[in-house]
Amino acid sequence: MAATIAEKIFSMKCGRSVRAGDVVMAPVDAAMIHDITGPLAVRVFREMGGERVYDPERIIMLFDHQVPADSIPAAENHVFMRQFAAEQGIHNYDLLEGVCHQVVMEKGRAAPGEIIVGTDSHTCTYGAAGAFATGIGSTDMGFVLKFGALYFRVPESILVEVDGRFGRRVGPKDLILSLAGDIGADGATYMALEFTGRAMEKMNMAGRMTCANMAIEMGAKAGIVRPDAATWDYVAARRDIEPFDLAGDVDATYRDRRRYDVTDLAPQVAVPHNVDNVVDVTKVAGTKVDQVFIGSCTNGRYEDLFEAAEVMGSADAFAPGVRVIVIPASRTEYLKALRAGLIERFVEAGALVEAPCCGPCMGGAFGLLAPGEVSLSTSNRNFRGRQGSTQALVYLSSPATAAASALYGEITDPREV
Amino acid sequence: MRVWKFGDDIDTDAIIPGRFLTIYDPAELAKHAFEGTRDEFAKEAREGDVVVGGTNFGCGSSREHAPLALLGAGVKVVVAKSFARIFYRNAVNTGLLPLVCPEADAIADGDAVNVDLAGGYIEANGRRLAVEPVPGFLKEIVDAGGLVSYAKNLDEVKRCNIE
Repeated sequence: MAATIAEKIFSMKCGRSVRAGDVVMAPVDAAMIHDITGPLAVRVFREMGGERVYDPERIIMLFDHQVPADSIPAAENHVFMRQFAAEQGIHNYDLLEGVCHQVVMEKGRAAPGEIIVGTDSHTCTYGAAGAFATGIGSTDMGFVLKFGALYFRVPESILVEVDGRFGRRVGPKDLILSLAGDIGADGATYMALEFTGRAMEKMNMAGRMTCANMAIEMGAKAGIVRPDAATWDYVAARRDIEPFDLAGDVDATYRDRRRYDVTDLAPQVAVPHNVDNVVDVTKVAGTKVDQVFIGSCTNGRYEDLFEAAEVMGSADAFAPGVRVIVIPASRTEYLKALRAGLIERFVEAGALVEAPCCGPCMGGAFGLLAPGEVSLSTSNRNFRGRQGSTQALVYLSSPATAAASALYGEITDPREV
Repeated sequence: MRVWKFGDDIDTDAIIPGRFLTIYDPAELAKHAFEGTRDEFAKEAREGDVVVGGTNFGCGSSREHAPLALLGAGVKVVVAKSFARIFYRNAVNTGLLPLVCPEADAIADGDAVNVDLAGGYIEANGRRLAVEPVPGFLKEIVDAGGLVSYAKNLDEVKRCNIE
């Protein structure tokens, strides 16, 4: 029977043919917990009578939201999680490696056909590797830690076929913001987005992660990029794995099929306070900004930093009065940027370059906004109060648009720089 | 029971801001529920009050602190035209009952409401508004009092066998 990628993954894992709408108890290949939602998951695991986790090798632990610890309670949570990891034999990446989703991907912990859960809504990022990955709460995670399985409603899927060729300084973030604007913040609730098409095949893994990352911003349970040679190359470079074919069938039942051509796509900006409040950059160009944040699980990779540096060109300073915060998504990405001279460029131009972490996107650690301040951010959410005061304004954009805006102190079309 | 009425797209950052996520005790979380969004909620919400939203209630972060903050404030039922997926699950799992009510717009802030689960309706302003039944397997979890109680009685999970 014809099936979507999501239906195929659940059918493989359950050993029988399942369809969208079925509720199944499915085994989980990997489970990610971090410093914010992890402690509650561990408490729930204990409350459920858990003594030993189902398989320590399948549990990924790291700290990224409050690192280094920004308060005594945060430090206590870190100690609590370290003790749990030691007791259970779980490898803890601690605060060394970087932002959870980046780390899971770059350590090869996600692969096509796997079911992965994480106590973070942007767990859907691993769909870039062809996994069915979804964010869950801490109680669900307590259950997973104990049983190694979880109940799921097999989702319907929306097929997103992306063709064409991105114009100069337009890229994956612009595509996914445009899609969020079209589908709406709840337009894909309980569904999976299945990405395919020639523009996706040409997109590197960093761009695919940006797209899968923001599936949740449309309410989706997962965002899956159809695995291809590039996917298998990426995963096989990190673990021993045999490629197989995993594609949605042409006659599968999709809730919707959408076609995009990115050829004429303009840089996109999400305007406060909703992710789906998306306009062409030209509509908001000239808006003064107090802070520019380049980083996060959406756009903190080497490719993103490279894109920002390319827009900077030979400019030797950001606009006066603009705070520019740059945070590479992981130690690996930080080192790549450092060795390529990008970090030096950013610091010389006046940026604050921080160690890998969630940064202002976490809304509690640092880089918070005062009432009335305006931020342009490469992260995934512009909710009211997300980066500090509920009276502050957060705009979202690509790294290219963020860098152009940092140069001029106002939202700027990167194609004009 | 008093209604606290909110609009569309109420995100979990609004329910409990990121800076309070080191807290796990529902009563302590409740002191900061809707802080910056609706400051009087934390002071004035009473046992049995009902939170009512529009579409996409609970969108955003997977933080379970959000339903816990509402439970800590004494709220046991959240009514909305639609819910974001993770919040809906977290609510069911923690014992906060999420009810989908397509006519939630008819409920106003400060209304007195009665929730009749057996009858499948809520009564507000003398009007009966139908709520969608909680789907099959989730009902088992709700009836058990949340996923923790449900899990306590399981020795092992019967994988893939839920229908």
